[in-house]
Amino acid sequence: MINITVNDRQIEAREGETILSALRREGISVPTLCFVEGLQPSGACRMCVVEIEGQNRLVPSCSFPVEPGMRIRTHSSSAIAARKTIIELLLASHPDDCLYCVRNGGCDLQLLAQDLGVRQRRYRGAGTPQNMDLSSPAIVREPSKCILCGKCVRVCEEIQGVSAIDFIGRGSRARIGTAFDEGLNVSSCINCGQCIKVCPTGALSERSSIAAVLDAINDPGKTVVVQHAPSISVTIAEEFGMKPGSDIADIMTAALRRMGFDRVFDTAFSADLTIMEEAGELVSRIRNGGRLPLMTSCSPAWIKFVETFYPSLIGNLSTCKSPQQMMGAVVKGCWAPREGISPDDVFSVSIMPCTAKKFEAERPEMSRDGKADIDAVLTTRELAQMIRMFGLDLANMKGEPADTPFGERSSAGKIFGASGGVMEAAVRTAHFMITGKEMDNLRIPALRGFDGIKEASIEVGGVGIGVAVASGLGNARKLLDSLVAGRTDLHFIEIMSCPGGCIAGGGQPTGTSPEVLKARMQALYNIDRDSALRTSHSNPSVRRLYEECLGEPGDHKAHELLHTSYVARDVPR
Amino acid sequence: MEGLLDIRCCDKCWHRRERFCPESLECATTGPLCHEGRECGEIRSRAISSLRRESPMRPVIFVGTGTCGLGAGAGKTLEAIGRWRESTGRDAELIEVGCVGACYLEPIVDVLIPGRPRLSFSSVSADRVGTLLDGAFSGSPSKDDAIGQYMSQGLVPWEGVQDIAEHPFFSRQKRWVLANCGIIDPSSIDEYIANGGYRAYSMALRTRTPAEVCDIVERSGLRGRGGGGFPTGRKWKLALAQSSDTKYMICNADEGDPGAFMDRAVIEGDPHRLIEGLAIASYAIGASHAYVYIRAEYPLAIRRLREAMDAAREHGLIGRNILDSGIDLDIVVKMGAGAFVCGEETALMHSIEGRRGMPRPRPPYPAVSGLFGRPTAINNVETLANVPDIVRNGAEWFSSLGTAGSKGTKVFALSGKVLRTGLVEVAMGTTLNEIINEIGGGTPDGKAFKAVQIGGPSGGCIPAGHLDIQIDYESLKSFGAIMGSGGLVVMDEDNCMVDVARFFMDFIQRESCGKCIPCREGTKRMLEILNAITTGRREEKGSQALERFQGVMQLEQLGEVIRSTSLCGLGQTAPNPVLSTLRWFRDEYEAHVFDRKCKAGVCQSLLLYSIDPEKCRGCTLCAKKCPAGAILGTPKAPHHIVPERCVGCGTCREACPFAAITVE
Repeated sequence: MINITVNDRQIEAREGETILSALRREGISVPTLCFVEGLQPSGACRMCVVEIEGQNRLVPSCSFPVEPGMRIRTHSSSAIAARKTIIELLLASHPDDCLYCVRNGGCDLQLLAQDLGVRQRRYRGAGTPQNMDLSSPAIVREPSKCILCGKCVRVCEEIQGVSAIDFIGRGSRARIGTAFDEGLNVSSCINCGQCIKVCPTGALSERSSIAAVLDAINDPGKTVVVQHAPSISVTIAEEFGMKPGSDIADIMTAALRRMGFDRVFDTAFSADLTIMEEAGELVSRIRNGGRLPLMTSCSPAWIKFVETFYPSLIGNLSTCKSPQQMMGAVVKGCWAPREGISPDDVFSVSIMPCTAKKFEAERPEMSRDGKADIDAVLTTRELAQMIRMFGLDLANMKGEPADTPFGERSSAGKIFGASGGVMEAAVRTAHFMITGKEMDNLRIPALRGFDGIKEASIEVGGVGIGVAVASGLGNARKLLDSLVAGRTDLHFIEIMSCPGGCIAGGGQPTGTSPEVLKARMQALYNIDRDSALRTSHSNPSVRRLYEECLGEPGDHKAHELLHTSYVARDVPR
Repeated sequence: MEGLLDIRCCDKCWHRRERFCPESLECATTGPLCHEGRECGEIRSRAISSLRRESPMRPVIFVGTGTCGLGAGAGKTLEAIGRWRESTGRDAELIEVGCVGACYLEPIVDVLIPGRPRLSFSSVSADRVGTLLDGAFSGSPSKDDAIGQYMSQGLVPWEGVQDIAEHPFFSRQKRWVLANCGIIDPSSIDEYIANGGYRAYSMALRTRTPAEVCDIVERSGLRGRGGGGFPTGRKWKLALAQSSDTKYMICNADEGDPGAFMDRAVIEGDPHRLIEGLAIASYAIGASHAYVYIRAEYPLAIRRLREAMDAAREHGLIGRNILDSGIDLDIVVKMGAGAFVCGEETALMHSIEGRRGMPRPRPPYPAVSGLFGRPTAINNVETLANVPDIVRNGAEWFSSLGTAGSKGTKVFALSGKVLRTGLVEVAMGTTLNEIINEIGGGTPDGKAFKAVQIGGPSGGCIPAGHLDIQIDYESLKSFGAIMGSGGLVVMDEDNCMVDVARFFMDFIQRESCGKCIPCREGTKRMLEILNAITTGRREEKGSQALERFQGVMQLEQLGEVIRSTSLCGLGQTAPNPVLSTLRWFRDEYEAHVFDRKCKAGVCQSLLLYSIDPEKCRGCTLCAKKCPAGAILGTPKAPHHIVPERCVGCGTCREACPFAAITVE
């Protein structure tokens, strides 16, 4: 530890750390616009500049290392003046349409302008006119609102290993764009939405489906069915000021009914269904010498990632649809006929932590007879907006149970929301399928937590099954490269596109800290700990669905409704 | 002609091209060292003498075909000389050399007749080749066209032609870095060796440890010639002190300042000097990989450099186990696409790595974590070109020239409103007055000198009245300018300083990489403010006049924020041209802002043209020529200019045969 002086007060700092990290530990806040925890500092925004005695210039605290005896002033007049000027410079060419902006009220630029007391337009200048990019089914880019902090570029490259976007042009004409400056839809973008989560302004947002959902709710001829993904119930509460990690599944169900959804189902149910099919697929591939390792297919951004960057590994992907699409298929393919409703009159909505789900729902493989199984996908953020629009006070609502038959779930389906959850659930069921017995201990600690890559060898009926779990596609890349290089000890791989899994998905509330993510993950595992129904194969509703509609796992009808195929994608990489 | 290293003086000589010993170079130049034999030594000194053209057997014609010479027509001159040689049947060697620095005299052709001093002729266009060469070869050269002769003992001087060393452009120069430029054949490694080349490298490999080399360079006082002025030896020591299996040495040849071209001239005219400097630097920091980052707009320099590298490789001076020292060096030429910011070292490294050329924060400094994350030292061309002589002649030799904090020489690219333009190399401590008025010959046409801009877009202006300052890093800084890469643009009364500031701001805001906010947005806003100041009242709309006043008040404050918060050197120095003109020429700004007048007459839209009815004869010529239809009048009656329509182009004034049009 070394001593430094900050604002005339001595504080301790760790050798080699940056000034910013020392300040934050001491609760001294300097604003940042380009800082991303865990990534190399880029030093682009200059908002975090502080004054250091003996330095001729202000120094960016995000990248400058502490030195013994350093004397720092974080809020000297020159530092504040510089920060204010920087915000004013950004505002000089920023569109003045805050009231119409998706991030109104939740915009870092707005917030900093307010904090620094910008009350007058001292600089004005024309920005470079740029078109919105509405080409993607998942993500909307509005470059005129971009302040070029570069966080999206770094996340896309350094965390996701995709690099769909980068800087183009120089000087005031610099902007963010795709290869050849074309639409996101024809780029290598995998729609994961991690860029949206780090964007400080409204330059990046999900493509909203609220209007379509409202239309369906207001259409008396439509039966509107909604499903919510496992992680939604443990994140939506944050949007309403509740403690991170609060599970409000039943309250959310009640709220959805108040808004006019006719049936509220739980995607964790179809996650159980996924496990039945996927564990079956794994057992079959192991027994029959099929292609291994089997790779999960729940995360649609991951699927597009493989199709784009590792087409040679498409054969390793499970052919199982994702839980969202399985639910969509059985709602229109099993439930509607049984209820005597024409599938055409069913409007199927899913609430997802994910922007890529919007893309997935629009995949041609996810339609039958030209009709999509899922009609609209809402993100957690969109759901929150709808709840506000309908004036629902969650804090004072009573919870209600989900609808039958697709509202009953095991907690194995619920932990899908955390990285490692699919694997843990699948192992539980595969163990049962192979040995006919439940595992002694259903909890597999090696597969839990936030490590980018988690590996284990799990004993099933005297045989070791090699499993690996990765989240964040940069980590997935490492794993895939080892496969391409000839690694053969793995049987089953779970990949989630977003670091930590769906609890950190691109559709989740923005501006989350690692602590918040931890609380979300813990909430899911607490549900599993306290649950009576902890394996997918013991979910009675799932068993009934097979008996009444699907036949056996892997049967023709099950195959038609629950499995899919993939295509190699030729886009600029 | 066989190369120096191919000389087989006798059977006892065991040197072979494919088998280098540590003393190969010394043996081939001052030897033999591997055996006894006076005759063998004479063979060598004859070869050296021949390469130095001390007593040539036949005449030699030198043509300066650097990029600047070619621009002045040296290519056609060269062809014409070839034709002349054919048609006259004269037996003369024809050699292309680099630029001697006197750009205003290009194309330059030198003639060397056996027994007489080398003669240098100026402005030799293709059509004048015949007359000039006929004269020189028949013993009566045109004295009017001769720049001078290179005097040497034992040669019969040309009568009536001055010694080139006494030519005012050359007499005050101290040509160390440029010593060979325009003199020797840049495509001949043997000529470089015969003139002492690669001996410093060979000596360093044999007799000095890397730490000793760093020490010599540090003691010499050499500082970076690319802009920052960081002590070169100290930079090397930092890189040497790092332990790493791989280190990199980079030569920054991304010469980006508008008007600076000394690096290009060195590479085109004396590429081996750079290679030797780079090789010594690589040895000094322990790097076995080196890059030359050069802009693709320098095709000739790239070609010369590549040829020179091939020759050096053939001579065992780069590659594996150089001169049997166990030292390896691999040099890669990396072409840049010409972004100004790629001259910034971290951006340059990103560019070499194949990424977008954007700077990153320092620390970590390149010496610790540079190219591909490895310890790296970066020096510019002129810095490295100084190194061989320092190592060969010693630190004291170098530090004996210059001022307390700035040693050696500096090359300046002298341009603008000055009689003699070109590259001039002077001792540190030379006054601006000497450079501009004595070497450069002062402003032409009797116009009044106004200021000199030093250091390009990162630099500043120094006004008349301060020309007695001595050139060194610190003194320039105290005047709000910087040494930079050495651009010197002279301005006279016809230059508008606000317009000059606007020019540089326009350049900077276009070349900003766009990464950090103060530089990207701030420079754009500063440019817009300057545009508002220099835009005429008739083009102002709405509240623009108010904004103009506001803007001027903000210029200085904005400049301060950009300076103190920008990420890299480009941004931190970006406001300099504005701040320094504001400091010295505030009256011009005020005249633009308040009186809406540009005294120099440069800011077109501020000019007010009017017709003197007394002088106007109504010839209608002006009205016919006016591109804006701003002149009204009937024939044979005085005309009138409608100020709202006038665009200030001045065409009417040029057209008027009666000088009836005035401008203010």
